[in-house]
Amino acid sequence: MLEAKGLVAGYERGLPIVKGASIRLGDREIVTILGPNGAGKSTLIKAIAGLVPISDGTVSLFGQRIDGVPAQLMVRRGLAFVPQTENVFARLTVQENLDLAAGAVPRARRAERIAAQYALFPDLARARREAAGRLSGGQRQMVAVARALIPDPKVVMLDEPSAGLSPKLVGVVFEMLRRVRDLGVAVLLVEQNARAALAISDRAYVLVDGRERLERPAAGLMDAPEVRALYLGHGAAAGVA
Amino acid sequence: MLQYVVDGLVTGSTVALGAVGVTLTLSILRFANFTHGELLTWGAYIALTLVGLMGAGAGAHIGPLSFGWPLLLALAVAMVLTGGLAVLLDWALFGRLRGKGGMMTLAIASFGAALALRNLVVFLWGPKPDYFSRDIQIALPILPRSVLGGMRVTPDQIFVLAVAVATVIGLHLFLTRSFLGKAMRGTAENAALARITGIDVRAVVRWAWMIGGGLAALAGVLSGITVQVRPLMGFDLLLPLFAAAILGGIGSLYGAVLGGLIVGLAESLSVPLIGAEYRQAVAFLVLILILLARPTGLFGERGA
Repeated sequence: MLEAKGLVAGYERGLPIVKGASIRLGDREIVTILGPNGAGKSTLIKAIAGLVPISDGTVSLFGQRIDGVPAQLMVRRGLAFVPQTENVFARLTVQENLDLAAGAVPRARRAERIAAQYALFPDLARARREAAGRLSGGQRQMVAVARALIPDPKVVMLDEPSAGLSPKLVGVVFEMLRRVRDLGVAVLLVEQNARAALAISDRAYVLVDGRERLERPAAGLMDAPEVRALYLGHGAAAGVA
Repeated sequence: MLQYVVDGLVTGSTVALGAVGVTLTLSILRFANFTHGELLTWGAYIALTLVGLMGAGAGAHIGPLSFGWPLLLALAVAMVLTGGLAVLLDWALFGRLRGKGGMMTLAIASFGAALALRNLVVFLWGPKPDYFSRDIQIALPILPRSVLGGMRVTPDQIFVLAVAVATVIGLHLFLTRSFLGKAMRGTAENAALARITGIDVRAVVRWAWMIGGGLAALAGVLSGITVQVRPLMGFDLLLPLFAAAILGGIGSLYGAVLGGLIVGLAESLSVPLIGAEYRQAVAFLVLILILLARPTGLFGERGA
């Protein structure tokens, strides 16, 4: 359903970070993009989200081209993005965060979409009047995911959802992503925490120097000798947790 | 002594309304907009011209106030037109520089635009001060002289205070209840996140200018009612406006309002204490003292 072909993207013209990457994400799939630091993983999903200029290649969703669609219109196309940091409006309450996301939904369905998130994340219902910035790291991640789910997207992309969380919370966050998939949403992840991400993923790509070098089913991927070589070859063995 | 408090609150509420606009542009667009003072002046002159066109002479006063309904109508139109002027400035100048130059480019550009706008006022309306009403208002004694020197307030001053309070309450409701208000707060905090949340950031920016410009016009007219209308009125208020916005913590509406009142009170109370010559300096002394204690301002948040 989501497919990027030969994507070239970067913040500055003539200095691509993503250098011809191709990936695809199927219906109700969880796919993880792995790779050493600086491989261009985050830039790749930011480019798909419309936040980093694409200089070549295409991105399509349900067969329709979405490269060149401004970032603020992506949610209306069914593509949601959760950035790694600053992914909630910290000074706004939980409810206000969700209200803003509901702006992309027809008026008649807004209350229902917000209620659906509170049903999915009962913790947030209890904290609805609190400023999102005052929540714990795990709860903040829930707000970020709930915000992304409000417009009823078909694809959610997350940049390092486990970054900075305690090992216990990492489990909570990945369990949350499994529930998101069970709602019928395909999930595309960029993760440093490879083992935890692969445990819930169907497939994975290994991205090295801006291109995908390997595509495999998630199970057993970490033990494949090629994967170790790709990481070690770039001196980032520490990235394989 | 109490008299200076009242006078300070009246000046302070004008500063507060202007500072709200400054803090809106500072937080949403991240640049110091020096044209804001000129927007105050333009708002006042536009209202003055409209009142003149309506031929509002004597006899049309609302109760004890020095002006009549034509001024209120002129005020409403001036707020819309000044908001429009701010949107036009953004379209013609700031919008074209955003993203290309840094904050400094925008600040200097606004400095230049302010100079042009100020001189255009002199060209269009002349250098002499003008008044919304030449009637002399009798101040109502609220407290006798025996109580801390007494307190007298003119009906116009009460009107200014009431309008300022009503505007702040209205703004609070707008920012916390309406979608556009929440979108403004969200965009001010994190424009990139606002975009991926599906918010039309450009529309939010236009509304921020519209509202900032409208409030500047309101501040200008209120200042014109209680003092006078003159080409340098906005320029003279510019530093107090920024002092108030910084004092309150950039991006905080409530901070800007409180900052405005503190600046107004500090200026006014300094008159009996150290003399009128230093009143403008006192506001800055207060600013420095508060920033030394709280570097992010009264309501500022760390890392914001």
